[in-house]
Amino acid sequence: MRAIGIVLAGGNNRRMRELSQRRAVCAMPIAGSYRSIDFTLSNMSNSHIQKVAVLTQYNAGSLNEHLSSSKWWDFGRKQGGLYVFTPVATAENSTWYRGTADAIFQNLDFLKNSHEPYVVVASGDCVYKMDFNKVLEYHISKGADITVVCRDMGEGVNLERFGTVRMNEESRIEEFEEKPLHAKSRVISCGIYILRRRHLIEMIEKCAEEDRYDFVRDILIRYKDVKKIFGYKIRDYWRNIASVEDYYGTNMDFLRPEVRGYFFRQYPDIYSRVDDLAPAKYNVGASVRNSLISSGCIVNGVVENSVIFKESYIGNNCVIKNSIILNDVYIGDNTYIENCIVESRGTIRANSRYVGENGQIRIVVERNERYTM
Amino acid sequence: MIKKEMIAMLLAGGQGSRLGVLTSKVAKPAVAFGAKYRIIDFPLSNCINSGVDTVGVLTQYQPLRLNSHIGIGIPWDLDRNIGGVTVLPPYEKLSNSEWYTGTANAIYQNLEYMESYHPEYVLILSGDHIYKMDYEIMLDSHKANNADVTIAVMPVPMEEAHRFGIMTTDDRGRIVKFEEKPENPKSNLASMGIYIFNWKTLKKALIDMAEQPALDFGKHVIPYCHRKGSSMFAYEFNGYWKDVGTLNSYWEANMELIDIVPEFNLYEEYWKIYTKSEIQPPQYFSSDSVVERSIIGEGTDIYGKVYNSVIGCGVTIGRDTVIRDSIIMNQTRIGDYCEINKAIVAEEVRIGNHVRLGVGQEVENDTAPHIYNHGIVTVGERSVIPNDITVGKNSVIFGITTSVDYEQGCLPGGKSLIKAGERQ
Repeated sequence: MRAIGIVLAGGNNRRMRELSQRRAVCAMPIAGSYRSIDFTLSNMSNSHIQKVAVLTQYNAGSLNEHLSSSKWWDFGRKQGGLYVFTPVATAENSTWYRGTADAIFQNLDFLKNSHEPYVVVASGDCVYKMDFNKVLEYHISKGADITVVCRDMGEGVNLERFGTVRMNEESRIEEFEEKPLHAKSRVISCGIYILRRRHLIEMIEKCAEEDRYDFVRDILIRYKDVKKIFGYKIRDYWRNIASVEDYYGTNMDFLRPEVRGYFFRQYPDIYSRVDDLAPAKYNVGASVRNSLISSGCIVNGVVENSVIFKESYIGNNCVIKNSIILNDVYIGDNTYIENCIVESRGTIRANSRYVGENGQIRIVVERNERYTM
Repeated sequence: MIKKEMIAMLLAGGQGSRLGVLTSKVAKPAVAFGAKYRIIDFPLSNCINSGVDTVGVLTQYQPLRLNSHIGIGIPWDLDRNIGGVTVLPPYEKLSNSEWYTGTANAIYQNLEYMESYHPEYVLILSGDHIYKMDYEIMLDSHKANNADVTIAVMPVPMEEAHRFGIMTTDDRGRIVKFEEKPENPKSNLASMGIYIFNWKTLKKALIDMAEQPALDFGKHVIPYCHRKGSSMFAYEFNGYWKDVGTLNSYWEANMELIDIVPEFNLYEEYWKIYTKSEIQPPQYFSSDSVVERSIIGEGTDIYGKVYNSVIGCGVTIGRDTVIRDSIIMNQTRIGDYCEINKAIVAEEVRIGNHVRLGVGQEVENDTAPHIYNHGIVTVGERSVIPNDITVGKNSVIFGITTSVDYEQGCLPGGKSLIKAGERQ
């Protein structure tokens, strides 16, 4: 493919509540076996993008661990590869990334030293499948300066944390509002952009000269009347996970057969780091209904309408309902958990009870001593 | 000069004919085991966990699955700049081109490969046992004994000793007598088919014995070394070690994994078993599913009921289907309202609706009772079984079958239904 990829993975979000204390949003575990960034990385790999930069900043520990090898997404090539850029102090610069445009500016050499004519910029906190070749074809056929992937969210979705766009009949974007309190359009930007590499370098350098740091506000919105910015509308599954409710909802979406079929059984696949865990094990007393269970788990209790991530242990007589149990959680016997997200590596004592009341998702962070054999 | 202290040679060319149709399309080391593994994963993982990073894998019989599974060794961290895993099939030479005619002959034909690493020691392994073993400790014992050859042995019940190569040792562990499958065994220490040779000893023995037809370690090379007065020691191993050479032992070894605390524990952090994971998604259980005493691989969807079974990756089990005491391998699909009892169903099999396997009285298999026994129903890979079929015990099905192949929708116990032809 004639494009390189940039994944914006630096973000944190207070809407993630306690979940963001441990890791960047992009490193959030999704659908039992994956992490959020796997979707964007797999899409890039499956679109034959060979050279990808991941820009990280906030609490990148578990993200870096996840990106420890580029081979999982097949980026381990002589031509191209996976590059992780964390802010560094240099002779010219000693600040953190002050925004998305600044993050790209601080790594402008990556863009300058590439030869591919196009760049795909995407955020790492969305769950979707996309062939970027199709977006690029559209971009070229429209003669666009920038193409923004958009989706009509329909009624009933709170758009407060998205950028909304209004397009004319030729799909050119005429209005762009960032995080509107009252959205005038139901069409949002998915945070995926395609543009010419030289063009991006030019705009980013200009931004930096003017001490502007944000890609959406200082490039998309500021240039919308000067540049030809087109929207590429998608209808397929796409969901941003950067709030507790959306994170919970996205995981629960995978209990639906059509969502599982789309992501797991339709070519191409989504890839993730391989953990070499043993197969999941179900002992006497296990009862699992409408749930996803990942490898390395040992289940002795009841699990209903839940997503259990890797390597969790569920004790005897436990009941887990409508909950998400993240990686490597130990749940002692006779515990009752409902409407909760249990943070990874937690240890829950026997005979505990955690319930998210009044439709609220409760986040459980328990750091008790664990005794195992 | 490249130098490796010890390299491993892994014999993976055998058919394993006692596994019946399970090995009709793949070599025995490539047969699936324990929901997500293949048999060869165990010795390969043992190698890397023991610090042996140079492994030659000798292939011959049906190597395609094995080749694609091993690849360049990424899952086992055996993708190395120097060493790593090398697949060694037989090859044509100027003179004397031949297949691998025996275990030691296969090694003999790859002297050059071994020579290129200038090893001190060569570890000979076979690709058909389930066990965890630290070869480094065995090497320590080899060095401490100043041995030329060390043979791993394990105690077996005296009444079974006649099935093995039996070592008689003195009190220091030196082998004083070696008998292959003796009628009246003098000891119960059985050879596990794992040898450490000093490279010089091995090379000399192989070259001296090169003319021996079907050159075999147990039958020829070990007796030769013994005759020549090599210093030979036994290394006693007392951990879990299972030969999965017959359908029944294969079935049993799988079933042992579902015990509450299995004797062979796959959940240990420090001695992981690695495998190529092609399928990564989690498992899904529907609202009406039941699962008890089972282990299940990635990406499997269960709509029915599963008891005491080992289910592979990417499997679908239909609604109201009941699976008991069975092994279902990767990518197999079983329809609705089926009843599967004590069956081994190989990879990518398609079973229709209302199919019952393993019903009725046990009847001896009429063509190969030494292979198909213990009441197990065996279904070979990529087979198809249509709707509304009943199959008795000790039977075997292989190939694309249609309802005309079954008299009144039934394959009685002890019958074999083997059809040629490929499924598209």
